[in-house]
Amino acid sequence: MRRLLLVVFVCLLMTGSAFAADEPIRIGVFNCLTGQNAFGGQLELEGTQLALSEIPEVLGRKIELVVVDNKSDKTEAANAVARLIERDKVNAIIGTYGSALAMAGGEVAETAGVPVMGTSCTNPLVTQNKKYYFRACFIDPFQGSGAAAYAYRTLNFKKAALLIDVANDYSVGLGNFFKQSFISLGGEIVSEMKYNSGDQDFTAQLTEIISKNPDIVFLPAYFAEGAIVLKQARELGAKFRFMGGDAMDNPEIVTLGGDAVEGFLHTTFAYDPSMKDMNPVAQKFTESWKAKYPDKEPNVNAALGYDAFVLVVDAIKRAGSADPDKIRDALESTKDVPTVTGLTTLNATHDAEKELGIVEIKDGKKQFIGTITP
Amino acid sequence: MGINLSFDMFMQHLINAVGLGSLYGLIAIGYTMVYGILRLINFAHGDIFMLGAYFVFFATVRYKLPWVLGVLTAVAGATVCGLLVDRIAYRPLRNAPRISALISAIGVSFFIENLSVVVFSGMPRPVVQPPLLMKAFSIGGVRLVPLAILVPAISFAMVAGLLWLVYRTKPGLAMRSISHDIETTRLMGVSVDRIIALTFALGSALAAVAGIMWALRYPRVEPFMGIVPGFKAFIAAVFGGIGSIPGAMLGGLSLGFVEIMSIAFFPRLSGYRDAFAFILLILILLVKPTGLMGEKLEDKI
Repeated sequence: MRRLLLVVFVCLLMTGSAFAADEPIRIGVFNCLTGQNAFGGQLELEGTQLALSEIPEVLGRKIELVVVDNKSDKTEAANAVARLIERDKVNAIIGTYGSALAMAGGEVAETAGVPVMGTSCTNPLVTQNKKYYFRACFIDPFQGSGAAAYAYRTLNFKKAALLIDVANDYSVGLGNFFKQSFISLGGEIVSEMKYNSGDQDFTAQLTEIISKNPDIVFLPAYFAEGAIVLKQARELGAKFRFMGGDAMDNPEIVTLGGDAVEGFLHTTFAYDPSMKDMNPVAQKFTESWKAKYPDKEPNVNAALGYDAFVLVVDAIKRAGSADPDKIRDALESTKDVPTVTGLTTLNATHDAEKELGIVEIKDGKKQFIGTITP
Repeated sequence: MGINLSFDMFMQHLINAVGLGSLYGLIAIGYTMVYGILRLINFAHGDIFMLGAYFVFFATVRYKLPWVLGVLTAVAGATVCGLLVDRIAYRPLRNAPRISALISAIGVSFFIENLSVVVFSGMPRPVVQPPLLMKAFSIGGVRLVPLAILVPAISFAMVAGLLWLVYRTKPGLAMRSISHDIETTRLMGVSVDRIIALTFALGSALAAVAGIMWALRYPRVEPFMGIVPGFKAFIAAVFGGIGSIPGAMLGGLSLGFVEIMSIAFFPRLSGYRDAFAFILLILILLVKPTGLMGEKLEDKI
């Protein structure tokens, strides 16, 4: 009798594990597919989906993506993460474009204990004091000081102005880090103007900045807004140059801004389809992107969407399990993983360490003009 | 908070303010007309504004129609949408409590916004500005593009035309009569539903014109672009005295002026631009609850 029970038990165990092997590993994606940040979110999702088609399985189990739109809205972002965890029971989550959205979603994931891999949310607060939030991108202090150093040292600009979206954590953070670094390098901030997300008229702020005659204006905006700012600045006769952060890195900026974006500079991740010596992962990514989306240029968002997936799968492989806590532990020891945007190491604060790229818009095209290594 | 404003800079700010304010005013008129007649805040108005901008985008960028034709198509399209909103969402509720119509208005607004996300996609799209309107020139130290003059000019012309229509024509008389007393007007043999439809058509056409000019000035269209301007225009309408057409224009201009000048005079406080607008609204409601031009409560249109 006892032996029979044992046999039944073993059989149950085997079928149980057999079921587990068939069960796909579910990776949730929450990103902005509509709303203000839709351009960036959409590209990141396409990057993630491209990565899935190249790495369809890990540990012998199929990977399945569950995609939820956070509508570029903080409340929706929290709801999206709650849905992924409670209803879809995902093992790990990827997302999102937009630091404010990442912070809103991060709270939910933290409580539930599911690891999240951020794509392009670069505000330090996203991973601060978080056990479960990681990110495939570097953070704003690094980016802000890189931008300030480039403006001050390489371009030899001594007077800068700022135009900041006060309703956006990313913009406020990046603007402050630029300001601190620029001042500590010896530069002067001649004007600091503010606006609110959703504003479409910037003429008053720009007229004020023009009167202060800066060499360069740092504009840590999202590109859809940034392009409109650049247009209005040129209409008002602004001669100074503009510089932005990674959120300006989107092929659509030229379509939206036209001639006005000529000469615009921005810091970004070290990937661009126009860059000369690409690493092998970037080469492969560019090729498969062009095969899958022939009428669309890849950009850093697509690359980071791809990288986030690569980092999560790498962690699952090293953990040897799809258990959310084990994935989390494995993510913590991520070191020198080859990704599209360079060798990625996740540091003690769960932020990626990698190179910083500088891009300039020339003749209506993005030109990758160099990298700065930390 | 050093205030040092040269004359040139002040003029530049003034022109910016008139450009922005006249657009607010043009949108505000739609709110004020519908409110004057039906005592209803038509929350879908900002979305009709958005549809106007989208239609002109599709007509000129997608289907490459010439500008004049594109504008006419867009205005006609938005007018039809305005009429549909009235027919579907408001007319069945004509005799219902006012709060029902208000909730219906909010519902329609959400419906149009989300339908637009599905139909047009959530991505912002660039609007092509006719180069002729964008050739910058300077007068003294003030820099101008022809568009900056054209926007207020068209807005004022529209208001003048509308005032003529309301105060000098038969349908205008009927509109003013409805705003006094719907039932008596009906007894006089006026087709009330038709006149109300006409009001919606006019308001929507003006919103479409404003939407088109907005899209030219801030050359990007997206499904939620109507929310903030619609909201600001609503403040402008209340500020000017809701129900009064000249009041709406005056309210719009004042709001544009306050928004721009608060930044011009207090650059450090540029992040509080919207707060200035609301402080203005609170002040006027405290001092003169009917708004700037809303004194004759009985003669509202």
